Parts: sequence; C-alpha cells; structure tokens
Amino acid sequence: MSNELEFLSRRVAAGKLSRRDFLGRAAALGIAAPFANSLLSSAARAAGPVKGGTLKAGLVGGESTNSLDPALMMTQVPFAFGKCWGEMIVELSPDGKLENRIAEDIGSSKDAKVWTLKIRDGVEFHNGKTVTAEDVAATLERHSDEKSKSGALGYMKGIETIKASGKEVVLTLKEANADLPYLLSDYHLIVQPNGGKDKPDAGISAGPYVVKTNEPGVRHGGERFANYWQGDKMGHADQIEVIVINDATARTAALQGGQVNMINRVEPKIVDLIKRVPGVTIRNHAGPGHYVFIMHCNTAPFDNNDLRMALKLAIDREEMLTKVLRGYGSLGNDFPINAAYPLFTEIEQRKYDPDKAKFHYKKSGHDGTVLLRTSDVAFPGAVDASQLFQQSAAKAGIKIELKREPGDGYWNEVWNKQPFCASYWGGRSTQDQMYSTAYLSTADWNDTRFMRPDFDKMVLAARAELDEAKRKQMYHDMAVLVRDEGGLILPMFNQFIDATGAKVDGWVDDPHQELMNGYALAKCWLQA
Amino acid sequence: MSSPILKLIAQRIALGILLLLAISVLIFAGTQILPGDVAQAILGQSATPESLANLREQLGLNDPAYVRYFHWLGGVLTGDLGTAMSSGQDIATSIKGRLWNTLFLAFWAAIVAVPLAIILGLIAVRYRNGWVDKLISGLALASTSFPEFFIGYLLVYFFAVKWQIFPAISTVYDGMPFGERMQAIALPATALTLVVLAHMMRMTRAAILNVMQSAYVETAELKGLSAFAVIRKHAFPNAIAPIINVVMLNLAYLIVGVVVVEVIFVYPGMGQYLVDHVTKRDVPVVQAVGLIFAAVYISLNIIADIAAIVANPRLRHPK
Repeated sequence: MSNELEFLSRRVAAGKLSRRDFLGRAAALGIAAPFANSLLSSAARAAGPVKGGTLKAGLVGGESTNSLDPALMMTQVPFAFGKCWGEMIVELSPDGKLENRIAEDIGSSKDAKVWTLKIRDGVEFHNGKTVTAEDVAATLERHSDEKSKSGALGYMKGIETIKASGKEVVLTLKEANADLPYLLSDYHLIVQPNGGKDKPDAGISAGPYVVKTNEPGVRHGGERFANYWQGDKMGHADQIEVIVINDATARTAALQGGQVNMINRVEPKIVDLIKRVPGVTIRNHAGPGHYVFIMHCNTAPFDNNDLRMALKLAIDREEMLTKVLRGYGSLGNDFPINAAYPLFTEIEQRKYDPDKAKFHYKKSGHDGTVLLRTSDVAFPGAVDASQLFQQSAAKAGIKIELKREPGDGYWNEVWNKQPFCASYWGGRSTQDQMYSTAYLSTADWNDTRFMRPDFDKMVLAARAELDEAKRKQMYHDMAVLVRDEGGLILPMFNQFIDATGAKVDGWVDDPHQELMNGYALAKCWLQA
Repeated sequence: MSSPILKLIAQRIALGILLLLAISVLIFAGTQILPGDVAQAILGQSATPESLANLREQLGLNDPAYVRYFHWLGGVLTGDLGTAMSSGQDIATSIKGRLWNTLFLAFWAAIVAVPLAIILGLIAVRYRNGWVDKLISGLALASTSFPEFFIGYLLVYFFAVKWQIFPAISTVYDGMPFGERMQAIALPATALTLVVLAHMMRMTRAAILNVMQSAYVETAELKGLSAFAVIRKHAFPNAIAPIINVVMLNLAYLIVGVVVVEVIFVYPGMGQYLVDHVTKRDVPVVQAVGLIFAAVYISLNIIADIAAIVANPRLRHPK
C-alpha cells in the first residue's frame, strides 16, 4: 500500500478529507474502490491522533558538546530536538511545497529582490510573550551577521537589509533570489525572542514542546506546550524525549527492547534483520543525501577532464548500490541533484563502461596509479565502496591505489584538502542551495575545486529567474555541465532509514531529512 | 599500631603526590607536542593570522610553557579545570556529574565482583584440581577472554531484547528514583563484573595456594582442622596482601577502563565524556580527565599498599 494512500485514509478518519475525495484520489492512484473502502475502515479504527504518553527517540548524532543555540546546531540530535521546541518561519511540507508557519504569507517584488514576510497573529513563545515581527527580524539579523557562527550564514549573507514594521518583516537582498523562502526553511532559523540575541541557548521558541531537560550528549526532554498555536497538528504526546545513542547496535537494541519508540540511521546491512522483528517498522525513503568520490579539478592529475571522465565511467554504480546500500538508495549520475528537488529533470543515466573508460584514460595521457583516500567515516560502507571502485576500474586498466585514513580528523585533514577522496553530502532543499554551497567558484565547501565562471553565471541567473520553465532548463544545463566536466563522481543517493516500534502512528515519509524532516517526535503519536 | 606504620603511610602518600605531579607534567608536555595549538584548534579552518595572534594572547599561549604549566596546575589545585574549548562549558562542573555516575557504576560492580571473586577463589582452592575448581576457573577465564563489547552485546541480546528484563540502554539522570537507577545499571554492572571477576578470582586462588605450601598450613592440617578452616584461618589472612593488590587494580580498572562498556550501554559517565572530547580534540578536557584518572589509579594503589602493610606485620619492619 502506498504511503500516500495510507496518509490520505488517515486524513479522512481525522475528518480533514471527504470520503468522496479520497475515493477519487485512490482511483487516480489505480486503487479499486473495494480495496480503498476497506482501507478507510481500518483507518477509521485507527482514527486520528491520540493524545498522551511519552514518545521517545534514540538517535545517533549527539555529543556532550552540543548546545541549544540554534546557530550552532550541526548534528542530528540538536536538529531533531530543535524541531520539537523550535518554531520556524516557513517549513517544507513532505510534498516539497512551502508551508507557512510563523510567516503567514510571503511575497516578493517582481525582481525577487525585496521580500515581505507577514507575521502570523497570536503565536506565543514558551515564556508567554507573543511572537512579533521584531523577533523574526532579530532572528534573521543574528544569523546573517558576518561574525555569527551560524550554520545558516552561508545563505543569509545574501540579505542586505532586514526591517521590521508593524506586522511585516521586509528583506532586501543584494542579488535577486527566487528561492529565498526555501532558504528560510533552514533548520537553524528557529525564531527566538529578540532573535536569541540575549540568551541564544535558552531553548525558548514557539514550538510544540517546552524544553524540560537538556543534558547534551545524554538526553533531551520536552513537555507539551499548552498554548501551542497548532495543537491539533503537532504535539500529540504529553512528553517527548531524545536519548543519545551513538552506537548502532545499542540503538537497535533499545528499539527492540522498547526503551525508545523510534531510531534513526539503521545500517543498510541490518535492515533485513530488523524487518523480521515483530512490531518494528522500517521507514526508509529517498532523499537528497548522496555518497561521493570527489576529485579536485585544479590539481594534477585530476585537472584533466579525460581522466575525470575515465574515472566516472570506471565505476560500477549498480554493483555499488546493491552491495553497499543493499538497494536502499538510487543510482547517481554525477550531479548532486535527484528527484527530491522541486525542479529536477532527468538526464541520461551514466553507466559502467570499461571500454570507454579505457579510451578516455589513454587520451588523458596519465599512466600509473591514482591515489584515492577513504575512511569509514566518509559514509557507511565507504571502504567497501572504494574497494569495489578499485576493482571495477582495474577492469578498465585504471589502477586505483587506496589509502585508508583514520576516521578521527578525516574532515579536517583529508576532505576538502586532498585531491581525491570519498565523502558524503546530506543534500539541500533547493538546487540553488546545493550548487551555491559546493559548486560556485567562491563556495567555502567547493570540495571539487570546480571553478567555472560560466557556471557561476548560470547559478546567479537561475537564482533571479522567476519563470519556472526557464529555470528548469537552466538547472538542467548546469547539471549537464557538472556531470560532464565536474570533479564529482556520484555513484549513489542513499535513503534515510529510520525505524519505529510498535504503537507509533502518524508517520509520513518526508524526502527532505531523516525522521520526517525532524518532525517525527512532534507529529507522531502513540496508539492508545 | 605505633609510629613506624604512620610514618610508612605518610611516606606512601607523599610518594603518591610526587608521582601525580610527575604525571601532570607528562600530560601537559604530551599535549604540547601535539601539532598545532589550542588557538588553532578553536579557530579551525577559519583561522586568520590576526585572529590566531589575538586568541593566543587572550589564552596566554605566548607565555613560556612552564608558566602555562604552573598556571594550569594552580587552577587544578583550586578546583578550576578550565573551560572546554568546544562548548565553552566549565569542565569541573560537567565532570562532577559524570564522575559521580562512573563511581556509582564502579561501586555496584565492585560490590558484586569483589566478594564473589574472593569466595569463588576460596571455593576453588578448597576443591583444587577437582571439577568444581576447573568449572569455576574455566567459566571465569572464558568471561575474561571475551572482549567487553561482546559480553555487553550478549547481555543486551538476552536480557534486554529477548527476555526484556532490563533496559538495553542505561541513561541515568539526576533525580532518577533509586530503583530505576539500579535497574538501568544492571547490565553494565554485570558486564563489568564479568570482565574483572576472573582476574581477581585467579589471583586469590594463586595467592592462597602459594601460602598453602607453607609449613604452618601443614601443621594446621595435621592438627585436624577442616579444609575450609585451614584456608579461612591460616591461609587467607596471609595471602591478603596480594589479593588486596589485585582487587585495587581491578577497582581502578572499573573507574578508568570502562570506556567501551559506557559507550555500549550509553551510560553518561567519564568514558563517554572522554570519547566525545577526544574526537573534538578538546585538549583541556582530555588533560583534566587524564589527571583525574591518574589520581584514581595512584590513590587506589596507595590504599592497596597501606592495606598490605597493615595486614602483614613483616612489611612493617623492613630489615
């Protein structure tokens, strides 16, 4: 049964969708009426959200060095807990559209340079204060300050002025950007009283849960916020708790033993084992995250496009997908965008072709070995993937020498420093964000050293373009350029694999991030 | 007990303090020869020469090493362990709760392990070379031979996943009811017990067997005492020094060696704290934790020495 249908049937049960509409949509999905009807009755039994209980998540990605300051959130635990206590200006809905939250409405000038956010009435902070336009403006100011350590600074730098007046916040950009509302859904931009300028780590916002416990690296807990503005949609459990469990085995054991109701990052190699456990549901779904091998386009021998092409053709993507990800992913095509992005277009799939690879390799004039650095931390299974790469390349006459680097310090010493290494990207919410973060000549994280003035121009032009059809074409051209001339080898997109225990209901797959884009604790409930 | 024993104890303690000082020098020197410095580590990739210079000035990194060492030592002596680089939190405050958790776990593991090991050792001696002895030794050796993580996972599999008697993870927090806390630590404490049991048991057995060769034990046997009485009254008291030694060694291990067990059971103790900060290259924290671990080792060793001296009159009167 498709998740969409399941979701729709629950909407009917909750009285948010008419029975007739449901049957219509089921028919559109190719489901016969009798089956659709039986689906409805089972959904009605399950009925809508159940209030009460304590929902617990055991998550990897928390450290004793974490802070509640949204600007400093980096890893999964602060991210997921942030979505419980924080309220955003806008958010991406599971179907990829924008959902207004604190902003009631967002409008732009024709040239996409001036943006006006209308602030919703009657949203209350946990400290009892009402959210005002000034608070939103201050939040954006704090994250766009050059000196800020905010993880959102990269995108926020493009904002020239921020002005609050009455119920509105007006943003003027340095350069036009049609994607601004998407940028505002960055998970760092939790709205705080006075923007968090006074006490950034106070953990006060307007989200469905009030922070009750904050022991970084151990556990975080929240209690339902009685005055939450959307109490019918979120905050079903009385209490939520995030327990930091970085060890994969301990995490699955905690789910099986019932100490937690949901976990993140189930390893592909054990998914089939976990599926057999009664009561446990695997929640895997596609997302924008991808596993890569990156070459520096400006460093020999990778400054030769024939050599880059030879390596791209010498990787057996399908084998890697089945052996490393056990099928929990999709094929990559050497550009960092997939169907998770709103303006994605298909480009012919690149395949393993040892003969063509051999041809380009000869043409490049390079002989001898190519040194690839890899490590377990680059992505789960990275060392195995590198070995598969080595073998498939050998069949094309290309010798890849593997150097296994220690995980400790890999991100400081190897990634973005060495010319050829394994790595991963979590993806971004828009193509502009992804390309601006890692493929603009000036990007801090331009880890393929892709420096192409023509490409930069395309990015800026697409950013300012409001006509969707034209934009789609522009992104298509950019993708082709990165695919054919860039330094990125992208064999596969990984899926997010979460798991929930018995009794957890209300799960909706969300392509943007793991755990329903972080909202699993806030939106799920425990069956009575 | 007269003054010679007090003098001996004072000597041991003084020696211990000297040793701790030496270790503090080693720890400090060790962190100095790491590539880069704290300022570099704090600023990371965004470091510019000016900001580096400013931060060095601010942290006093331009002072010669010995000045910085005494500064650090002075802080430690007054209970100020500095602040963590990565989070800016006060180290002493964060360590307090963690250390307490680790000690709590070690305490309960010791409460079970030490008497159990000694009793099993005594039983093994009583039935030496028989099947009871072989069974005890075999099981104990087997539990020691498995790596800690394997024992941990076995316990989790059976007690948490299969039978669901105890929780798989041992998150404890302030204000947790005592009963729940005990339940939470049941599995890690069991794992630790199994890990240290064999060493103590085997040493107890060996030490007592060693004494059993003595003439006075033979005398005791000849005067018709039961086997257990011989062991309890004549052999055990004379074997107590080496037993205390090995017990103390294992207690120290329970406190400083539990990194793996804490990580498996997600127990918020010193081990987890250390692992987190080592990956972040948070030098001040690593220094502080290193010093605390050294202090634990040294004090337990001093206690072992003193206990041995008290227990064995011969050590009190060196020739």
